[in-house]
Amino acid sequence: MARRAPSSRRQQLERAALVPVDWLEERSGLAGGIKYFLFRKVPADINWMQTLGSATLTAFIVQAVTGVVLAMYYKPDPDAAYASILRITNDVTLGWLVRGMHKWGASVFIILMFFHMARVFLFGAYKYPRELNWIVGVGLLALGLFEGFTGYLLPWDETAYWASVVGININGTAPILGPFIVQFLQSGIEIGEDTISRFYALHMLVLPGAIGGLIGLHLYLVVRLGVTSPPWSPEAAGRERVEPGPSTNGNGRAGLVRPGARSGAPR
Amino acid sequence: MEPKRGEHGSHVAAPSLWPVGFAIGVAILLLGTILGWVIAGLGAVITALFGFLWIRDATNDLRGEEVAIEPERREVAPRASATAEPRPANEGEAGMPLPEEGEVERYPRSAFLGAATLGVGGVIGGLVTVPVLGFTILPAFTSQGSGQVDVGAVDDFEKEQWLITTFLQDPDQGEVSRRTAYIRNNGELDGQPSFTILSHRCVHLGCPVQPNGPVRDDEATRETRAENEITRIPADPSGFGCPCHGGQYDTEGNRKAGPPVRAMDRYEFSIRGGRLLLGQTYSVSEVRGQGAEARIKRHRLAKPGVHVDGPSSWLYPISPP
Ligand code: HEM
Ligand code: FES
Repeated sequence: MARRAPSSRRQQLERAALVPVDWLEERSGLAGGIKYFLFRKVPADINWMQTLGSATLTAFIVQAVTGVVLAMYYKPDPDAAYASILRITNDVTLGWLVRGMHKWGASVFIILMFFHMARVFLFGAYKYPRELNWIVGVGLLALGLFEGFTGYLLPWDETAYWASVVGININGTAPILGPFIVQFLQSGIEIGEDTISRFYALHMLVLPGAIGGLIGLHLYLVVRLGVTSPPWSPEAAGRERVEPGPSTNGNGRAGLVRPGARSGAPR
Repeated sequence: MEPKRGEHGSHVAAPSLWPVGFAIGVAILLLGTILGWVIAGLGAVITALFGFLWIRDATNDLRGEEVAIEPERREVAPRASATAEPRPANEGEAGMPLPEEGEVERYPRSAFLGAATLGVGGVIGGLVTVPVLGFTILPAFTSQGSGQVDVGAVDDFEKEQWLITTFLQDPDQGEVSRRTAYIRNNGELDGQPSFTILSHRCVHLGCPVQPNGPVRDDEATRETRAENEITRIPADPSGFGCPCHGGQYDTEGNRKAGPPVRAMDRYEFSIRGGRLLLGQTYSVSEVRGQGAEARIKRHRLAKPGVHVDGPSSWLYPISPP
């Protein structure tokens, strides 16, 4: 048998490696979709601040994964919850680590959400045509905070219990519906045997599901509408920019200030 | 139409019978783990042989050998009708009759089918949603009242002595229903026994209010009645204070300082067979006077943090059952 040229051997290997990808692509078009998502066009002068949304997404995924693992050891029962938390922390191998990741990661997730929101606000990225994505974002913020609230009760120690009492009763001071919200959250007129499992179901099923769905919608809109350029970008979103007056030295940050107001400003 | 091909020219591999032999081999191998090593070995050989043949078959085109594949789609002989004009809906065997003269064209079938799909979908959705929503919401609002709780013989409550009394509101629920009341026997008023019984839940936002003064833990008494473990600890408070946001109350439960908006909630009580029974809690806007002489402005139980009188109480026109 004649030896094949090394290059063709390599091509052969490459083709073999791509067989599963092709198999998938031929049947689902998924590979193309993922390529489209990952390699879509973004403005050339995109900014590091615009990675904060992806950072938030990463934090959410970390919470989801560590939460699933914690759920394998946690027991949502008034008589067992605290003991199961102690066991996770002290006895189960690496339990301290996963619990720590979930506990600290919760704060990281919320903080990143606010940073991301601040960047969207300061870049003016909430304006037409992205208002709807801001609204979806507000929904994510509310659900994210509620997720934190329901998770806080689960360790079932004194802090968890009384902080939840206070938090629930704050809801109770809302006009008209407040008392009903309290009773719905507590599953009764006081925190009782059903409260912890209700919070648990909200925390691990209802809210993550809703957040996941909204994230999907959020990202769909991001891809569909494209991300905004930074406000100092010379190529402002989609239309010709009015060039600032002759006094600008063209450092590209002109968009932050009205053209006229800049002349003669020290820099 | 050609089936869509991936960029690297992958396509459906030729049909092959080798997987059948492979599967039989695996089955014999597994049987062998029970029946003995000889059979397992036979299974392994069959598996390996057919596996090799299968892999060789499946990778034929990667190794550059042409494989003859029967085409999946064949040319269809053009029928005469294929080129003809589409037939109107009212012709042929399944044709619908045209509306007759003077007959109004009625509901089109497609609109009916659309509406039917929506309607059936709506009914199914409702059948699922209504019970689920009901089950989520209603249990929190039904059968909420709990019965009376026996906290001890009247004689256990020395006159003018505060007792920090803890008990299970509902022994079926267990420790999670443990409540605390500050109970003081005021003696008698017009021949009737009088008690001051404060709920220890702060009326700011519900934290556990603590007695300001010595608590004599070593003199605590315990008693178990009908699976309800009761403790009574004597204390000598000059008032009550909340650890959460610094709310302060006097010994009648009136607010003295801090964020609470009304006086402490109290328990109804009754006495039966010489035993003190606690009933429902109620809210209090203000207490004038002291002990047995106290005049209490009583209101329906409200959630913590809300006014029970004055204009801001109008914000809560309906209270849950
Ligand atoms: C679970 C929380 C959230 C996740 C995972 C998330 C994720 C993302 C991602 C990956 C982007 C792409 C651009 C970027 O990274 O900056 C984005 C854009 C955006 N987000 Fe969020 N986000 C979240 C919460 C929010 C919140 C709370 C708001 C505001 C109330 C918001 C409003 C927006 C808007 C308006 C855009 C479009 C910005 C542009 O096109 O430049 N998001 N989000
Ligand atoms: S809960 Fe008592 S002062 Fe706030």
